[in-house]
Amino acid sequence: MAKTIEEINDKIKKGKAVVLTAEEIIGYAAEKGAKKAAQEVDVVTTGTFGPMCSSGAYFNVGHTKPRIKLGGGKTYLNDVPVYTGLAAVDFFLGATAMPDDDPRNRIYPGKFAYGGAYVIEELVAGKDVRLTATAYGTDCYPRKTLETYISLKDMNEAVLFNIRNAYQNYNVAVNLSDRMIYTYMGVLQPKMGNANYCNAGQLSPLMNDPFYKTIGIGTRIFLGGGIGYVVGNGTQHNPDVKRTEGGIPKVTAGTLAVKGDLKMMSPKWLRGTSFTGYGVTLTVGIGVPIPVLNEEILRYTTVRDEEILAQVVDYSDSYPQCNPGSLGEANYRQLKSGRITVQGKEIPTAGLSSYLKAREVAQTLKEWIEAGKFFLTRPVELLPSVDSGVVLKTLKERPIKKI
Amino acid sequence: MQKKRIVLNYPQHLVDQPVLSKLVKDYDLVVNIMRARITPKEEGRLVLELTGKRAGMEAGLKYLSEIGVQTQSLAQDVKWHEDRCTHCTACISVCPMKALDVQRTNMEVSFKRDKCIACELCIPVCPYQAMEILF
Repeated sequence: MAKTIEEINDKIKKGKAVVLTAEEIIGYAAEKGAKKAAQEVDVVTTGTFGPMCSSGAYFNVGHTKPRIKLGGGKTYLNDVPVYTGLAAVDFFLGATAMPDDDPRNRIYPGKFAYGGAYVIEELVAGKDVRLTATAYGTDCYPRKTLETYISLKDMNEAVLFNIRNAYQNYNVAVNLSDRMIYTYMGVLQPKMGNANYCNAGQLSPLMNDPFYKTIGIGTRIFLGGGIGYVVGNGTQHNPDVKRTEGGIPKVTAGTLAVKGDLKMMSPKWLRGTSFTGYGVTLTVGIGVPIPVLNEEILRYTTVRDEEILAQVVDYSDSYPQCNPGSLGEANYRQLKSGRITVQGKEIPTAGLSSYLKAREVAQTLKEWIEAGKFFLTRPVELLPSVDSGVVLKTLKERPIKKI
Repeated sequence: MQKKRIVLNYPQHLVDQPVLSKLVKDYDLVVNIMRARITPKEEGRLVLELTGKRAGMEAGLKYLSEIGVQTQSLAQDVKWHEDRCTHCTACISVCPMKALDVQRTNMEVSFKRDKCIACELCIPVCPYQAMEILF
């Protein structure tokens, strides 16, 4: 029998909701059968904890006396530049931003020891950061410089706003060249010396609702240790791709855009991250609750690592040149075993997304729901699915005419 | 038989002296050089694995100390910051000694100090600066 979000929330309120993690549901449904499990279980919690570059935060730091218009000037948090193309004291800090004087890859491979993601981690940890700014000055905003310590509690708003997180599936990266390469998928040894993957597999949010039948605008989630919301599909959301019989995308597909109050989050779940030779990024903890509205949705949540396939992609040539092509497929059970075989060669594997922490996210969300502290929401609109007509485009460059 | 992993700090004046051969010939120790470098101040830093009888080991270490070579256990120079480790497993495939290893049943990463040879391969690979080697 089908359930509604309202009925599930009523059970949560009464402390009677049955909540299992996306790992626990696998064995439970195998034992009880999908039909019975769908009747008994109300919510399946998912989790992921991995590097997610398209993350950032916006802030309102309050007006100074006399006033300053940061917009149009230059503003920094701990020497990391923020985007000020907004009003007087609002700005956006991107996770991958780095200090102007960071040598980048001039000394190759660069270390990228500090950047926007680290500022976010420090702010969330309650630390003071240095806010420095120069402005051009106007009649209504006369001040031209600002230097002060600031912490999250001093600010009016501090909002994590990530435009693309929680990728539904991801490439397995290898290196076919004969030199070491440094990528956002980690350090890759020559001649397929190693293979790196980055997904929580059976615990990953969008793997448990592969056609986005429950997730959409307004879905309340675990975000960075606090509460957040799905604000829509993430950028590069690409639902219409090759899928397995069970509906799991075989390549990168859906993504989430999310937001949440940074003041409620924890540095444990928002971690500054440095990829040698590549740059700075933010590792984000996200957990999405899947309401078990019917047997079909329950079946999706029982997905297992061995049923999720990822493509092995060469990051020395195929990826940078934007050429399609897969060297083979591997499932997440194989990836997590530590070895896969690609074109006859056995390669050691390593993850970039923490499965241990993904499990902790799912478990924490489960506990919040069981304790009646977290209620489910009905999305205002579901994410675009396979029939939406969404097509992911590459940039078609058109030469600009020189006069 | 005893086995010890130690870091040797040579002062400048000893860098051109045949110290290790004395350890082999006079104290009957098996010497395995795991790492060696000359610092910018022309002092020497060596990571050694010594194997031998207890008496030889003690006498050998005493000899080193007498000629002015400082020794310390390797463990002091290698730090796994567990609070910074996210158990992502990025380090696992590069660690040649399996000092960094993962329990596959729950995907928890651990660091076994006594297996580490301070090769530093994990340093550029860890995105969270969880490994620190003060060598």
